[in-house]
Amino acid sequence: MSNLALSIANLSKSFNIDHQRNGAGTYQTLHDALMNWPRRLVARLNRSHRPTSETFWALKNVSFDVGKGEVVGIIGANGAGKSTLLKILNRITEPTSGGADIYGRVGALLEVGTGFHPELTGRENVFLNGAILGMTRSEIKKKFDEIVAFAEIEKFLDTPVKRYSSGMYVRLAFAVAAHLEPEILLIDEVLAVGDIQFQKKSLQKMEEVAANDGRTVIFVSHSMPTVARLCPRTIWLRGGEVAADGRSEEVIQKYSNVVSVDQDRINWPEGFSNAGVHELKFTSVGLVDKNGRATTHFDYSEPLNFELGYTIHQSLSFCRIGFLVHALDGTAVFEVYDVDEDVKDGRREPGSYIIRCEVPAELLKPGRYGLSLNAGIPGIKNLARLDGVLQFSVDDPSLPGAAMNLPRVGVIRPKTKWFRKTL
Amino acid sequence: MSLQTTSVALSESPAHASAIPISNRAPTLRIRPTTGWAALNLGELWSYRDLLWILVERNIKVIYKQTALGMSWVALQPLIAAITLALVFGKLAKLPSDGVPYFLFVFCGLVFWHYFSQTAQRSSSSLVNNAQLVSKVYFPRMLIPLSHTFSTLVDFVVMLIMVFIFMAVYRVAPTFRLLAIPGFLFLTAMTATGVAFWFSALSVKYRDCNYALPLFLQIWMWASPIIYPTSSIHSPRWQAFFAVNPVVGFVEGFRWCVLGKSALNPTIFWITVAMSVLVLLSGAFFFRRTERKFADII
Repeated sequence: MSNLALSIANLSKSFNIDHQRNGAGTYQTLHDALMNWPRRLVARLNRSHRPTSETFWALKNVSFDVGKGEVVGIIGANGAGKSTLLKILNRITEPTSGGADIYGRVGALLEVGTGFHPELTGRENVFLNGAILGMTRSEIKKKFDEIVAFAEIEKFLDTPVKRYSSGMYVRLAFAVAAHLEPEILLIDEVLAVGDIQFQKKSLQKMEEVAANDGRTVIFVSHSMPTVARLCPRTIWLRGGEVAADGRSEEVIQKYSNVVSVDQDRINWPEGFSNAGVHELKFTSVGLVDKNGRATTHFDYSEPLNFELGYTIHQSLSFCRIGFLVHALDGTAVFEVYDVDEDVKDGRREPGSYIIRCEVPAELLKPGRYGLSLNAGIPGIKNLARLDGVLQFSVDDPSLPGAAMNLPRVGVIRPKTKWFRKTL
Repeated sequence: MSLQTTSVALSESPAHASAIPISNRAPTLRIRPTTGWAALNLGELWSYRDLLWILVERNIKVIYKQTALGMSWVALQPLIAAITLALVFGKLAKLPSDGVPYFLFVFCGLVFWHYFSQTAQRSSSSLVNNAQLVSKVYFPRMLIPLSHTFSTLVDFVVMLIMVFIFMAVYRVAPTFRLLAIPGFLFLTAMTATGVAFWFSALSVKYRDCNYALPLFLQIWMWASPIIYPTSSIHSPRWQAFFAVNPVVGFVEGFRWCVLGKSALNPTIFWITVAMSVLVLLSGAFFFRRTERKFADII
């Protein structure tokens, strides 16, 4: 590692949020521009009050260097600036101040399948997508067979991709991108697609890329195990700033600890949702025991209860709302939704609601867990997602086998029945 | 966005990164906030030429997909337009046509006009239609509108073949003047690309453009000598003024190449050249200036 791959200094990016427009869209009509011009002139003359717009800093003074061949993970909650950082490094958008120096060719994989045209065949799309990602025609030709083999779509090469299943689509898109050969590769969450088997294959490919080819990789992910596995070094972004930078285990540990330790309840008076979502807002989340008391410590022998308050502002269908539980190292334990049992067809009418999810007793292994919230219309729209919003622990002094309570592998500890016959 | 491969200055290295040896190489890319006018960066455009051709190919393959008549639309559109115009303005209104059969006169006028307006129309919405690309991948954004300048050439070639057929039908002898067609085509392409740059960049911020452009093009067509000859404007001074509209130059230029009869003169020609260059350059610089905000507002 004798060289620098990229050097970022005091990088900041701000957006103006226009209150007047109520988030109805960022583009304006010509009419607005013409009509607002005199008003803006007046506002510019008396600078003192300009109440209509507010500056939001997506990135604030971010500085770090990455050496050649390093594989760096970027973690952080939604809206922490991870994607904005990658977009700036990839020159999709410009910083507001500060800058970055990049040593080598940059390739990015910010979203799988951008640039695919539904009317074109798989073969044509490989060339189109490859060129968009920065490959030359001859480079694509050289890798064509490899790409097709990786995507496992040989039979459908001359079918328009609009007839592909979503799995095939994603496989082909990932295959093209994975065969990019830039010196610096920027990757955003793309491994979270496809079926489990393909995810495994993709992850393997990424490991190969990082390890064998000595390429510099910047990897943004919500999946702590993936980051821990792929990246020796991790940077944690919080509110647009670098909160921690160092060895992955340490940073991931810090991240998991700081995210609302021992808080049993969070309320959002204004409501929480993903940016630009108005249909649904989370209003509160809480952890309660079987007696309805707020707690962060559950007894192994008692059920766990998660409570989630939300408001629906606009009727929705096929909307699921639920919880994800993960161990502190990031391993997902389970994911449950109210549509599993309660809400028919995910149909939501305007109103405010509180849901409670009871998790059976004697299931989770004693230890600490993180709770994430998710609401969305699968395959269509993410409404609200909040990772690691609360933490809780499952304790039990009187756990069966406590006498021989050596650490055990696995994430659950179901109560099991045992039978023995003496022969 | 500034992309200077020559600059050597390294940004200050933050203290926490001191473990990594500081490189003394010059960065391949310096990302800094930029304001004001930006260079056209033609070198980078050239290095992405493979993408340009693939986009051109895509435009051509996709445009008439899933239509029953397919590529025949390329020939049908201008043909039907010319027949309608010839019936209304030739037969009914009996407009003058420099002594040429009116249908042939109108069709020759439409060749460059059709190429020009199709290019402008298809490319003006092209950035917005490719919002996914613009907000997710980096490449010189100019390639998107530019690709339509090239892909619409298919329409042009089809119309040119039709012109040759009509020349045979009306017994118009070909001359060496036909060799000047590529030159006039080049002027048309320059102007069309300039207009495309203006409107595609504007429509990222103002979606009004998608509605305004067809209207604008309609007015532009009536203001150009397509259904009437420039010679119906008698004073040469007014003709020169009329030629500020670059369409006058190439429409008359095409008629000169094919029919030999036209109001084209050196004054009109040079005004057209100047206007084409002006439209192209202003469009290109405006595009580059607004480009940096595309991903944020599209």
